[in-house]
Amino acid sequence: MRAFVEFSQQVLSGAALGCIYALIALGFVLIYKATEVVNFAQGELMMLGAFLGYTFISLFGLPFWLGLPLAVVCMAGIGGLLDRIVVRPIVGQPVFAIIMVTLGMGFVARSGASLVPAWGVDTHVFATPFTGKVASIGPLVASHDQLAIMTTTAVLVAVLFLFFRYTRIGIAIQAASQNQLAAYYVGIPVKTICSLVWGLSAAVAAVAGILLAPVVLVHANMGFIGLKAFPAAVLGGFGSIPGAIAGGLIIGVVESLAGFYLPEGFKDVAAYVVLLLVLAIRPQGLFGEGLRKKV
Amino acid sequence: MSLLAIDNLSLHFGGVRAVEDVSFRVEPQEVFTVIGPNGAGKTSIFNLISRFYDANAGRIAFEGRDITAIAPHEVAQRGIARTFQNVELFEHASVLENLLLGRHVRFRTRLPFELLFTPSVRAEERAHREKVEEVIDFLDLQHYRDTRTGSLPYGVRKVVELGRALASGPKLLLLDEPSSGLNNEETEEMSFWIEDITQELGIAVLMIEHDMALVREVSDRVLAINYGRIIAAGDVESVQAHPEVVRAYLGE
Ligand SMILES: Nc1ncnc2c1ncn2[C@@H]1O[C@H](COP(=O)(O)OP(=O)(O)O)[C@@H](O)[C@H]1O
Ligand SMILES: [Mg+2]
Repeated sequence: MRAFVEFSQQVLSGAALGCIYALIALGFVLIYKATEVVNFAQGELMMLGAFLGYTFISLFGLPFWLGLPLAVVCMAGIGGLLDRIVVRPIVGQPVFAIIMVTLGMGFVARSGASLVPAWGVDTHVFATPFTGKVASIGPLVASHDQLAIMTTTAVLVAVLFLFFRYTRIGIAIQAASQNQLAAYYVGIPVKTICSLVWGLSAAVAAVAGILLAPVVLVHANMGFIGLKAFPAAVLGGFGSIPGAIAGGLIIGVVESLAGFYLPEGFKDVAAYVVLLLVLAIRPQGLFGEGLRKKV
Repeated sequence: MSLLAIDNLSLHFGGVRAVEDVSFRVEPQEVFTVIGPNGAGKTSIFNLISRFYDANAGRIAFEGRDITAIAPHEVAQRGIARTFQNVELFEHASVLENLLLGRHVRFRTRLPFELLFTPSVRAEERAHREKVEEVIDFLDLQHYRDTRTGSLPYGVRKVVELGRALASGPKLLLLDEPSSGLNNEETEEMSFWIEDITQELGIAVLMIEHDMALVREVSDRVLAINYGRIIAAGDVESVQAHPEVVRAYLGE
């Protein structure tokens, strides 16, 4: 019984962390599907979101429920601008050029953040209304921060699902993701849609960053968590939204279990071990479609 | 006034003169066909009209208004729809969804209202849905309505693409090789639809086509080009018999 409780407890905390991976992976996938760009700066967008939240809430003293949406909206704007100014001009260039550009954006974001006087290279504590509170669910315990992460992720995923399924913009985004050429000629402003998707991904990243901030603290390198979200996206089949969510959760849980049951050091490679195992069996990822031949 | 007026249009890719000083008019309700050997520049003319490329010189006017420099997504709004040489569908979506996306340009509601599901939004959706169902009936696609287009046979996908173009309520339809990849029976069917589209729906068709039987059957006027330049224009017989055209097709 005790072993089971321990196990469940690890699954619970793994799932909370997994939600963060899932949100970042979701950002990867959204951008990739709509624009075929792999945005290696997704983790840094999350970091910037966390810093903006920290600025609005801790430094400016805004109430959490005002600071959070404000940071999210600002990040959406930054994401859209990045697409407009940095990414759009290089679309159509060789893939490695685009990869270098998004990697470069990550570097710039990290050093840029550490140059901001109030941000710097220090680690900042960022308290949310959930910080320091703990709930018990039967024999298990969860911090309110963890519960907030899981609830928000669930709500966000549901909202995105409805957005993509039922709104005209959501449907236009899906159409542009499936066939850009055809999208143009049914009258979808594909370039605007790409900017919107970047904005959306950056907004989701900001939510992830602010949720994660109380758990890992805010610092310029917190975006490296993107390195774990990337395998999550690949695990799910890069290009599948449910896949990104499942991939994130699996990696979070596996990592947490590895950290608890296995010797020191396994925790950090767990994500990649799982990824290699899954890809060996299902090369297209969990939710990916096999490469179909064009007729 | 002509529906579509192309004047002195040119498009160069480096040294390749894909389109060179091309002018022609398409009148309402006619079927106007462009023929020419492979690489002659036919698709490039379509890509200029659909604003996929910027012309190096010349002017394109639709219903008397200059469209040489509008954004690509506005082309459909103006009333020009198109199909592609190699079928470009939203392959993960059903036939119905593809046609509804074709209808996309005719939607008027904005996002905030859409999220509120106001009665006017629902009424608009119903109206579009009816229009799309009309197209499905017109092209006999009822049987495939909810099938994912990626899994349909090629011949049916070509018809779905035609349906998606019709769903946008165009005045001019650009068809890039409508018969390519079709068997004889399907080609025959395609020619009936092209006739119905002009005669019943009153839509003008600008078409690129290789199958001369189909060209003869449906075209009102024909334009022949080679190396980007016009070599002959007029009715089917005279263009086909034109010595330059004969030479071009003999591959000299
Ligand atoms: N994107 C492009 N870049 C360079 N050359 C092109 C491009 N598109 C077409 N061409 C060239 O322009 C010429 C006309 O091509 P195209 O219009 O596709 O011919 P058609 O449709 O008549 O077979 C060809 O020589 C082709 O190689
Ligand atoms: Mg062609």
